[in-house]
Amino acid sequence: MSDKIAPATAPVGTPLIDMRNISIAFGGIRAVDDASIDLFPGEVVALLGHNGAGKSTLIKILSGAYKRDAGQIFVNGEEASISNPRDAKKYGIETIYQTLALADNVDAAANLFLGRELMTGWGTLDDVAMEAEARKVMGRLNPRFQRFKEPVIKLSGGQRQSVAIARAILFNARILIMDEPTAALGPQETAQVGELVRQLKSDGIGIFLISHDIHDVFELADRVCVMKNGQVVGTARTTDVTQDEVLGMIILGKCPPGAIPGPGALKIAA
Amino acid sequence: MTDTTSNQPVGSTAADRARASELSAVGRFLQATELDTRMLGMVGALLVIWVGIHILSGGLFLTPRNLWNLSVQTSSVAIMATGMVLVIVMRNIDLSVGSVEGVIGMIMGVAQAEFLIRVVGFQLGDPWLWIIALVAGVALGLLIGAFQGFIIAYMEVPAFIVTLGGLLVWRGMAWLITSGRTVAPLDTTFQLMGGGPRGSIGATASWIVGAVACVAVAFMLLNGRSQRKRFHFPLRPVWAETLLGVVACAAILGAVWIANSYPWPIGIVRQYAQQNGITVPEGGLYIAHGIAIPVLMAVAVGIIMTFITKRTRFGRYVFAIGGNPEAAELAGINTRWVTMKVFMIMGVLAAISAAISSARLNASTNALGTLDELLVIAAAVIGGTSLAGGAGTVLGAMLGALLMQSLQSGMVLLGIDSPLQSIVVGAVLVIAVWLDTVYRKRV
Repeated sequence: MSDKIAPATAPVGTPLIDMRNISIAFGGIRAVDDASIDLFPGEVVALLGHNGAGKSTLIKILSGAYKRDAGQIFVNGEEASISNPRDAKKYGIETIYQTLALADNVDAAANLFLGRELMTGWGTLDDVAMEAEARKVMGRLNPRFQRFKEPVIKLSGGQRQSVAIARAILFNARILIMDEPTAALGPQETAQVGELVRQLKSDGIGIFLISHDIHDVFELADRVCVMKNGQVVGTARTTDVTQDEVLGMIILGKCPPGAIPGPGALKIAA
Repeated sequence: MTDTTSNQPVGSTAADRARASELSAVGRFLQATELDTRMLGMVGALLVIWVGIHILSGGLFLTPRNLWNLSVQTSSVAIMATGMVLVIVMRNIDLSVGSVEGVIGMIMGVAQAEFLIRVVGFQLGDPWLWIIALVAGVALGLLIGAFQGFIIAYMEVPAFIVTLGGLLVWRGMAWLITSGRTVAPLDTTFQLMGGGPRGSIGATASWIVGAVACVAVAFMLLNGRSQRKRFHFPLRPVWAETLLGVVACAAILGAVWIANSYPWPIGIVRQYAQQNGITVPEGGLYIAHGIAIPVLMAVAVGIIMTFITKRTRFGRYVFAIGGNPEAAELAGINTRWVTMKVFMIMGVLAAISAAISSARLNASTNALGTLDELLVIAAAVIGGTSLAGGAGTVLGAMLGALLMQSLQSGMVLLGIDSPLQSIVVGAVLVIAVWLDTVYRKRV
C-alpha cells in the first residue's frame, strides 16, 4: 500500500477558501483539532462525519459564529480575519444553518435582509423595496410562495428552508455553506435544492455541504472530507472512492487509497 | 422555476382568491382591512368595561370630566409601558422603573425647588429652572438605563436580578437625597406637565391638533397605498382604506370633542377672570380644558416609539432578537448594544413619567412611582406583549395601560374598597393573559 502514490485530489489554482490547521476547544474538549480544508470556485466539497465529529463547528468558525483558537483562514489566497458573522459576510461567505437561524416572529422579507436592511433616503426601513426583492428571489426558488406578510413561524418546513436559502444567495455569495440543507425537506424539494446547488456551482460559487445522506453527497459533491473526533480523516474526490470506502472513513477512520489522509486517519501499524 | 410562473401577477393568485371566497363576512372584513383581531378584542374589552362601570355607577363614568381625568391618570404608566414593550420583547424585564421614576422625580424636584435657587442662584420662576431640571432628569434616566443595560448586556447578569437590585437601590437613593423629606412646591411651568386646567391646551389648540392628526392619518394611508402600488403589491380595497381613515379620524375628533366638553371649574374660572381683568358674564364663563399636556406627551411618545419599533433598523433588531437571539447574532446584529440601548430608552421614558407624576402631585416624594413597575409590566402584558419574547405592540401596551387605569378609577367611582380593588386588578391580569394564551394557540 505504501508504494502506491496517492492521486492528486485537489484542483489546481488558488483556492477560494483555505482553512489551515484550525483548532478550537470548548472547556477541555477539542471540538476541532488541527483541521485543514480547502474549496475551489465552482466546487462542492462535502463534509461528512458522525454527530459530534466537529464538522458543524469547523464550518461555524468559517461563518464567524465561533472564534478559532488556532489556525489560519485564507480567502482567495489572502489571509482573512473572521471573528464574527459580519466579517464572514464581508468576504462573501454565506451560511444556511441546520437550524435555519430565522427570526420566527418576523416575515420573510425581514429575515432575508436581517442585518442588511434596505433603507429609504430618510434612514427608515424600506419595507416595500425589501418585499419587492424578496418576491423576486423567492419567485426564483419557490414560485408558489405567496405568504410574504406572515411571520416565518407560520410557514411550512420547506418554505422556511427556502427563506433561509434565499437569504444566503440574495447577496451574491461567493462561498456558500449549507449545513444539512435538505434535512427538513420532502423528496421534491430536495431535488429542487440539488438543482439549485448545480446552478450555483455553474455560477462559480464554492459550496461546503454538510450532510448525513451519503447518497446525496455522491450526487452533488466533487470532493468529500471526512471528520472524526474533531480531526480530518481524509479528503477524496467522489470519483476516486466508493460509498463503502467513505463509510469506512466515517465509522472507522480508515483512509482508503483514493484519499489523501489527514491527521485523524487510522494509523495502520506498518 | 418555470416560465409560466414568472409572468403571474404578484399576489392575487387563484389560490388566494379561492381562500378569500371561503371566508365569512367577518373574515373578509378583517382580511380587507388587515386589522389585528387581538387589538380589536382589546378595544372591545375596554368598551365593555367602560359601559359596565358607567351603568353600575349610575352614569358617572362616561362623562367628559371622568374621561379627561382618566386620560391624565393613564399617561405616566402608558409612557413607561411603551418602553417596557421593547424590554419584554427582547426577553428581558425591568423591575426598576418605579424606583427610577422615584429617584429622578426627586432629583428634578430638588434641582428646581432648592439646588438651582439656593446654590446656583436662579430666581424663582426663571424659565431655565424647569428646563434644566427636566433635561437633568432625562439625562439621569439615560445614565441609569445605560448603567443597568451595561450590566445586563455586557456583564451578563440576568435583567431580572439587575433590575430587582435597581428597584431597591434607586428607591433607597430617592430617600437618601432629602432623607425622606418631600420637596414642594415645584416650578409653575414645570407643573403644566401634570395637567390640570392650566396644563391643558384649550379648545382651539385641541381642534388644531385633532385636525393635524386627521390629515396625518389620511397622508399615511395614501402614502402606504402609493408605495405598494409602485411595486404592484396587492392593495387593500378602497372601501377598507376609506373605512379605516374615517374610523381613525372619528376617534381622534371624538377624543378632542370630549376633552373640549370638560370646562374649567368655576373657582378657577373666577380666579383666571380676575387675573386677566375679564368680567364673568351671567351664567358663568365656559373655558374648556382641551387636551391635557401629559396626554399630548404620552401620545407623542407613543408615536415616536411606534415609529422606532416599526420603521427603524433598531426596532427591527429588537424584534428579531426577541424572536430568535441566536439567529440575530448569526445575522451579524450586535445584540449586546441593542439590549443596552433598549434599557437606555426605558430610563428616558421613566424620566418623562417622573416629570409628569411629580408635576401632577406638585411635589417630589420618595414614594413617587412605588409599585408602578408592576402596573407598567401588567399594561404591556395585557396589551399583548408576550413574556416569551418577540411579540408586542406599543399601541397595545398603551391600551393596556388605559384598561388597567379604567378598572382602577372605575372601582374608585363605584366605591369599592381598596383591598378588593387589588384583588380585581390581579385577577384581571391573570385572566387577560390566559385569554391571550388561548387566542395565540388558536390563531
